[in-house]
Amino acid sequence: MSALDARAATTIEVTDAAGGRRGRARRNPGGPEEGLIPGARRGTYWLYLVPGLALLAVIVVVPLFWNIYLTFTSYRGIRPPEWIGLDNWVELMGDRVFWTSFGNSIAMILAMVIVPTLLGLLLAAMLFDLIGRKFGGRLASFLRATYYLPQILPAVIAAIVIGWILRPQNGALNQVLEGIGLGDLTRNWLGSPDTALPSLMVIMIWVQLGYPIVIFMAALQRVDPELYEAAELDGANWIQRFRAITVGMIRPEIFVVTLTCTIAALKVFGPVYALTGGGPGTSTIVPAYYAYSEFFQSQQVGYGATIATALTVVIAAVSVLFILAQHRMERKEEGR
Amino acid sequence: MTAIARELDPERRDVDVSTDASTARRPGRDLRGPGRSPRRSGYAKRTPGDWVVLVVAVLLGFFIAVPFLLILVNSFKSPADYNTSGPLTLPTEFYVDGIVAFWERVDFPEKLWNSVFISGLVAVFAVLISMLNAFALGIGRVKGRLWIVVVILLANMLPQEVLLYPLYFMFKQVGLYDSQWAVIIIFTVIQSAFGTYLLASVYSTFPKELLEAASLDGASRWQILWRVVYPISRPTLSVLLIFFFIWTWNEFLIPLTFLVSNGTQTVPVAITVLQGDRLMDVTTTSASALLGLIPTLVFFLIFQRTLTRGITAGAVK
Repeated sequence: MSALDARAATTIEVTDAAGGRRGRARRNPGGPEEGLIPGARRGTYWLYLVPGLALLAVIVVVPLFWNIYLTFTSYRGIRPPEWIGLDNWVELMGDRVFWTSFGNSIAMILAMVIVPTLLGLLLAAMLFDLIGRKFGGRLASFLRATYYLPQILPAVIAAIVIGWILRPQNGALNQVLEGIGLGDLTRNWLGSPDTALPSLMVIMIWVQLGYPIVIFMAALQRVDPELYEAAELDGANWIQRFRAITVGMIRPEIFVVTLTCTIAALKVFGPVYALTGGGPGTSTIVPAYYAYSEFFQSQQVGYGATIATALTVVIAAVSVLFILAQHRMERKEEGR
Repeated sequence: MTAIARELDPERRDVDVSTDASTARRPGRDLRGPGRSPRRSGYAKRTPGDWVVLVVAVLLGFFIAVPFLLILVNSFKSPADYNTSGPLTLPTEFYVDGIVAFWERVDFPEKLWNSVFISGLVAVFAVLISMLNAFALGIGRVKGRLWIVVVILLANMLPQEVLLYPLYFMFKQVGLYDSQWAVIIIFTVIQSAFGTYLLASVYSTFPKELLEAASLDGASRWQILWRVVYPISRPTLSVLLIFFFIWTWNEFLIPLTFLVSNGTQTVPVAITVLQGDRLMDVTTTSASALLGLIPTLVFFLIFQRTLTRGITAGAVK
């Protein structure tokens, strides 16, 4: 079971690590001024950073700024980029496909963040508080592992698995619908504009649901069971216990899950590439796929770079907002 | 579970490692720690409502598992069998032509090797780089480390699209386009960004006495890194190694862009690019999904034990 939760635990660890560092800095203000090994000067430690930082510069920093430069150019990949100022950005602001792609990102956030987090919270509490207690931890662990199953696959493979079930002519879903006399409901799930996006959303919920469950259940281990018993004795019903204890105690994990999943939802690419290619029309296009298709299909590199940069700005803004909100919450908690 | 979290952060290791270690040795034992077990035996008063909840939870689990079962069952059917009896029945005969056809079509062993080669090297290189970086940041506490960590974190958060075209251009210039080395180098950097962040915070709480003792014995920094820091943090490093391997295995966008010729492709890329191909009949497509999901299921089973061992090893110290 441990490996199952590895990624989840790490994600939580990120916040813990950050918190830990802040805590330590407060405790020994003189400490950070010198290394942990006494004697020799600190300066030479830089040598150890050379390979890592050099690679980082070449693979991340230079391409990042290069990409920003490309947003101000018209570049089709063959002749050198031609400076056109803000034209790409102006075009982007009026580009309906771009706004559609961000609209679809909202749909992805609904499918990958909101539904899995709410459902995951409920299911984690159910497994932990009710099924684990009344039917045994083994069953709860087994169910948790089942919910997590889609998470261990590469996202594209997970998409292909469901895509197979949704095949238009002889897909399993359509066959079953026909078999039980609901032939009217059969359709080309991923191929018609009205069902393609909802189908994709269902796939992403299926993929994503296990992640919050596993993280929340790990977090619930922190909660003292006595607390539930005390609340139960005081006559609190399940919903009251859920709201007051469960949600209250694991709020840091809820933050981490919503942040990491929101970033993942904004970045989603593989399933769209594998299943719909953004279509039919632009009904399932997402920013990452739009940028990719501008780069390598339309050869509009400057414009693709602009889409990618806009996406980065959105992701950065979302992250900053989340972290600020988390800080504010922590401070409120400390002040209590 | 939290055992891993604790393992990765030594500061919390002393909290109640014994609980974690025992849970880790007997996976799936109980979720609430040993303190609860006596009371559990009662399973007292299960109300009808509890049974309803149980049924709902089991049904949901069933629906989540159904796609896997469908893929498994239908990969062993002939297309004719599928068309007559539908997706829900067991195969009438054990038909492996679909799997064999797809296996040969994509040269599956080659794709497996490509994935293992890329993910394996990335994991090793990224752990190495993370360790060197974290040594300077966490133990050396170099000046400006906060900013370095911020930049590194940023690198991990960026959408890969924003690096895609410049990297594509750069690697084309140096003749590494369509080479697995391009993918290896890129993911070494991306994974080590995460590793550096995590490991730097682990190393910043490294037992100071050990470092001082080694230093008094005349060990150089390089020796301290390899003879003291490396062995002690090995459980953490091996957990990182496994994460990096699996994460790299699951990557899609950059391998898709850089590995254009068939012979260099990874498993997820090779399987995805063949979807929708006219020659892929219904059960062959199912077989392709099956082949795609088997390796990750296998890793999951193998690495589960390794991870558990790493955790308990860390807990003993």
